[in-house]
Amino acid sequence: MSSTATNNRSFFSDFKRFMPLLKNLVSKDFKIKYRRSVLGVAWSVLNPLLTMIVLTKVFEMLLRDSVPDFATYYIVGSALWNFFSEATSCSLSSILTSGALIRKVYIPKYIFPLEKCVFALINFVFSFAAAIVVALIQNHTLISWRTLLFPIPVLYCFIFVCGLSLFLSAVTVYFRDVQHLYGVLLTMWVYLTPMLYPISLLDGFPLIQKVVMLNPMTHYVEFFRDVVMRNTFPSLKENLLCIAVSLISLGLGALVFKKAEGKFILHL
Amino acid sequence: MINNENAVELRDIEMHFNMSSEKLQSLKEYFLKFMKRQLHFEDFVAVDKVSFDIKKGDVFGIVGLNGCGKSTTLKIISGILKPTKGSVETQGVIAPLIELGAGFDMELTARENIYLNGSVLGYSKKFMDEKFDDIVEFSEMRDFLDVPMKNYSSGMVARIGFAIATVTTPDILIVDEILAVGDFLFQQKCEERINKMMQDDTTVIIVSHSIEQIERLCKHCVWLEKGRVKMIGETAEVCNAYKNSKRE
Repeated sequence: MSSTATNNRSFFSDFKRFMPLLKNLVSKDFKIKYRRSVLGVAWSVLNPLLTMIVLTKVFEMLLRDSVPDFATYYIVGSALWNFFSEATSCSLSSILTSGALIRKVYIPKYIFPLEKCVFALINFVFSFAAAIVVALIQNHTLISWRTLLFPIPVLYCFIFVCGLSLFLSAVTVYFRDVQHLYGVLLTMWVYLTPMLYPISLLDGFPLIQKVVMLNPMTHYVEFFRDVVMRNTFPSLKENLLCIAVSLISLGLGALVFKKAEGKFILHL
Repeated sequence: MINNENAVELRDIEMHFNMSSEKLQSLKEYFLKFMKRQLHFEDFVAVDKVSFDIKKGDVFGIVGLNGCGKSTTLKIISGILKPTKGSVETQGVIAPLIELGAGFDMELTARENIYLNGSVLGYSKKFMDEKFDDIVEFSEMRDFLDVPMKNYSSGMVARIGFAIATVTTPDILIVDEILAVGDFLFQQKCEERINKMMQDDTTVIIVSHSIEQIERLCKHCVWLEKGRVKMIGETAEVCNAYKNSKRE
């Protein structure tokens, strides 16, 4: 026998066995989030709607002329961005906060970041619903049958997010300061993603434009807007690019996580 | 390959902990130490070349003083820790008796926690539906099912935990000190259930500081001292030697 092999369990049988756990953890997060609030689950739609209305009203005054249908432009983009930022920043500390459990029982550890990603995805569905409401109010011609293709960019983005989340959650166990660093990184990242401005605004700044185009989130957000509100579908090349980036992220994330998970327990 | 008669085989298990690097939790510290070349490693061996077999259907006790590596050994058997060196092989489903409160979310009610904890152990929803009444019955907590568990006493939490872990007849049951919490009636009830499992060919591994309990329940024992096997064999022999050593 190999010298270090212990309790070899296959990935897929594990995954199937622990699917109910994934489901229970998600519903636990959901229950705890809305416990003791009068409106309960309604907050899931109200919260993104109200936040977006505030932000849109503020920025609409500043940027009205550069983007047509600014409210929809912003709300649709930020729905996907918020999914990204919520999933990654919650996953980041997911291993740390599950320390008590990890120290006592054998559970495949990727369940914890994965659960945060799924939970953020569910929240995304609510804020997406809110975004559609805003789009219909502002200009109903923006919505077409292509809007129904929205799961495609969301899936690409979800895979990307899973990879990044695995990476972040593993690294945070070793270096707690990642928690603080990532907050700063996210602030920078949001400005390098065309959320509040159109990409064309950067025409005069080739260097920044290049950086923005190298940012994977730019591609996911633009893809998402294309199908949801522009009634277009991106080219095959753009699709392949998005898939490649997602898979690379997932591959690297899984690799780092797998290498690190054996020693998590010593650092929790 | 594992011998068919054995439930657990440990071969030359070593578990090393790196004491100095565990205190480093920030990048800054790490870089500073790295630049000053102070990243030396203090090796601590918690378990040192431990080998033993546990036969199927055995009730196996692990005794030893605090810090002798009992819990580390259990964690290695249950797959929570990977040993630094050596190999572990187990046969069958392992149900670890989770220590108090781990695996429960205290904000949730007992009812919700039973399902959550069941899924932590890898049981399906359907299975938990079937067994729900058994669990409630055994723990005698029916009146408190919809109370958040933060309002439970530690004994009440232990009852629920034990009831969930033993609802199936697992192939290997790991009991780590948990029996010390419940009142004496519940302890008796737990021991009865363990006895029943033994008849059903479940392998039980018990860690306890209560020598009487080990003597009452176990057939075989291992005595660990400073991470090494000091003695292994029939419970009576090992326990007597262990008790005598304590007096010295």
